[in-house]
Amino acid sequence: MIGSMAALLLFQLAGEIIVRLTGAPLPGPVLGMILLFVALLGRGSTPRVFGATSRGLLDYLALLFVPAGVGIITHLSRVADEWLAIAITLVASTALAILVTGFTLQALTHRRGR
Amino acid sequence: MNRLTQIWVYIEESPLLWLALTLCVYWLAQQLYRRTGAFALLNPVLVSVTVLVAILAATGTPYDDYFDGAQFIHFLLGPATVALAVPLAAQATELRRHWLSIALALGAGSLTAVISAMAIGWAMGLDGQTLLSMLSKSVTTPIAMGVSEQIGGLPSLTAVLVIVTGIIGALIGIPLLRLIRVREPAAKGLAMGVAAHGIGTARAFEHGERAGAYAGLGMGLNGALTALLVPLLVWVFGF
Repeated sequence: MIGSMAALLLFQLAGEIIVRLTGAPLPGPVLGMILLFVALLGRGSTPRVFGATSRGLLDYLALLFVPAGVGIITHLSRVADEWLAIAITLVASTALAILVTGFTLQALTHRRGR
Repeated sequence: MNRLTQIWVYIEESPLLWLALTLCVYWLAQQLYRRTGAFALLNPVLVSVTVLVAILAATGTPYDDYFDGAQFIHFLLGPATVALAVPLAAQATELRRHWLSIALALGAGSLTAVISAMAIGWAMGLDGQTLLSMLSKSVTTPIAMGVSEQIGGLPSLTAVLVIVTGIIGALIGIPLLRLIRVREPAAKGLAMGVAAHGIGTARAFEHGERAGAYAGLGMGLNGALTALLVPLLVWVFGF
């Protein structure tokens, strides 16, 4: 489990270093994810313990957003002024993005499957 | 009395209090969510954030003091993002077979998320800086904050808008998709990941490993795509 955690952090570190070296417009952890993905494909399978550690971390993904979310306390006055317009925009735009993505993928895979 | 003051000074200065409290509040919120049969409005992130904001406001604690403790949780977002490669790699065969459909759905969804936010936010008369802080709302917090900073938004406001977007997606996503008869786990998952990043992905995992994997894929790919698209679109539309 320690080894798995170390591997995750090393992939993140590699991502951060490459992003800083190349100025790529990508956050380091995302590049780290892409590197790990390529490494796992190259290896052909995911080591059991490593898979378990990763899934364990992902089980608590939602918790990891709480500290940043509490940051809303620093923007209460702006949010108080514009909350209705913000809420309408977020709900409408999120709904559209979900509908378009889900519909497109299902329509395309169905056509291929038949 | 003096002893109590000493203890309080220690607690106040150590990161332990806010770290422990964040975990306790989240644990209780999760219990509440489970006992009410996963009632969507009681989303654990939404409940935890509301309770913690109320506690900070009631005790007059600055956010920076809170974050000194909570940063240890926040830090794990990095390795967790890397870990998304694991469910992704488990779907490798699937991805190779459907890469074109996935690329098209991702492109359509990503453009919709950014352009609709621009158009609706502008029509609603949002302040320019609020609008700029909102364009990267659909992607995971670290990417969204980076993009926001790059185009002149407020990164910490973006962090919150991203969370709220994730919660909205987690609340309305599955019912909306049911409404237009999208039942494929892959399509449900990709939609949740593209529009509602990690919170949507966490919700998609409740619908199985396949939906979760596609959500992780959508989240990862849309993070990369949005980082490229948003600065370009801001330049094109002259915001």
